[in-house]
Amino acid sequence: MSEVLKKTELNQWHVDHGGRMVPFAGWEMPVQYPTGPLQEHKAARQSAGLFDIDHMGQIEVRGPQAEAFVNWLVTYDVSKMKLLDADYALFCYADGGVVDDLFVYRLPDPKVEGQDYFFLAVNASNRDKDVAWVKSHAAGFNVQVKDISDETYMLAFQGPRAPEIMDRLTNVDLTKVARFTAAQDIIFDDVPVLLGRTGYTGEDGFELFFPAEHALKIWEGILKEGENDNVVPVGLAARDSLRFEPCMPLYGHELSPNISPVEARLTFAISFEKAFIGRDALLKQKLERPDKVLVGFELVDRGVAREGYPVMLNSQQIGSVTSGMFSPTTSRYLGMALVPRQHASIGTEVEIQIRKKIARAEIIKRPFYIPAYRR
Amino acid sequence: MKIDKDARYSNEHEWVRAEGDLYVYGISDFAQDQLSDIVYLEPPEVGDSFGKGEPIGVVESVKAAADLYLPMGGEIVEVNEDLVDAPEVINTDPFGEAWIVKFKAADAGEFEDLMSPEDYKKFTEEEH
Repeated sequence: MSEVLKKTELNQWHVDHGGRMVPFAGWEMPVQYPTGPLQEHKAARQSAGLFDIDHMGQIEVRGPQAEAFVNWLVTYDVSKMKLLDADYALFCYADGGVVDDLFVYRLPDPKVEGQDYFFLAVNASNRDKDVAWVKSHAAGFNVQVKDISDETYMLAFQGPRAPEIMDRLTNVDLTKVARFTAAQDIIFDDVPVLLGRTGYTGEDGFELFFPAEHALKIWEGILKEGENDNVVPVGLAARDSLRFEPCMPLYGHELSPNISPVEARLTFAISFEKAFIGRDALLKQKLERPDKVLVGFELVDRGVAREGYPVMLNSQQIGSVTSGMFSPTTSRYLGMALVPRQHASIGTEVEIQIRKKIARAEIIKRPFYIPAYRR
Repeated sequence: MKIDKDARYSNEHEWVRAEGDLYVYGISDFAQDQLSDIVYLEPPEVGDSFGKGEPIGVVESVKAAADLYLPMGGEIVEVNEDLVDAPEVINTDPFGEAWIVKFKAADAGEFEDLMSPEDYKKFTEEEH
């Protein structure tokens, strides 16, 4: 029995342009185009890549208590957000495990002057779970929660040339839009767009949100504007290698109900001084030091580490690989793994079981590639 | 899809060519296209012996790992070490520079058991 997969508005475009379509989180998405994952990765690092990420979800939280409500739900202190800020945060369970990681945008409510609302961009694999999570906690808050995923299209345009190319298309001066903030504009004559200077590649660039019916116009419009700048469409394989190099977490790998943001070393996204679901568990974990932590490693023997492969020390399994691959930018065979804290120091020698083989590896510093916002 | 007319083929999309007393082995253009960008090759070692159809190594692409099988029984006499350092050549020249090993056959008759180029072409067309 074959799976019935959802299709984005650009599905036919991908197929017509040689996209190799695969299932992902219940959607049929392009894993690569004829360019290939390595060249697509390179293009995003050197010029710019355009990503169809419409499978991701978007949730609006409006109302007089929107700020208090969102602040209860996420790890980051959104009361500190200025209008048009875009910040990384997590939804946690009471025990500190992760429901999802997301971006929170603070936007002006066009319907109620002087009242802000919150726009949440969540993972494709957790879309329904997140909507249910948010709605289930809304009782007692004067808020309206709306799942706007179906009517909202999402694209990412990432790479060193992306901001300047995007700037040619906007009325807003994007040189004045700082990292981790957003702008609202009309592009291609009549398409209202939210542009977040955020991304999942470690390069500068934008994530775009706009009404879904304009998907083809925006997609083709950006590719056309960038046709002399080596802008290419980029599939999910390169999206994964691009986020892997700056060690950005992928839910289900570096984050899960069993992996907390403290263990995943994301304390920058946690505001311990405010109350939120999971705060007490996370504070305890931070103060007592977590039992296991996320590390980076490099293969010393030849091989490709992949998620799920055991990490061994003295012939005992001490953890497992959360993500691993050949890193195209650094040309090294790298990985991330969850290991006990006492074996997490840089320089620790471990072994990775790669199918029937044991390959030596060494724990190294993360990130493997410094993201643009830190350079 | 390129097909080398001097080679014969296995069901696993591998090719073998006869070169004097030895046989040369690699994976086909169809195989490299299916795998997409190749990032790692682990061939066997010189001196290793295998029966027909035995796994001899691994080739890995960005997203997947695939076992390599020797379609004829034999002993490895040469390994393409240059390819180990540049596995991406499998994508660009699967029948030429990307030969993986050369081997001595245990039974030369097994070469005739492999698919002819014409039969292999038909096989790849059915494979969708």
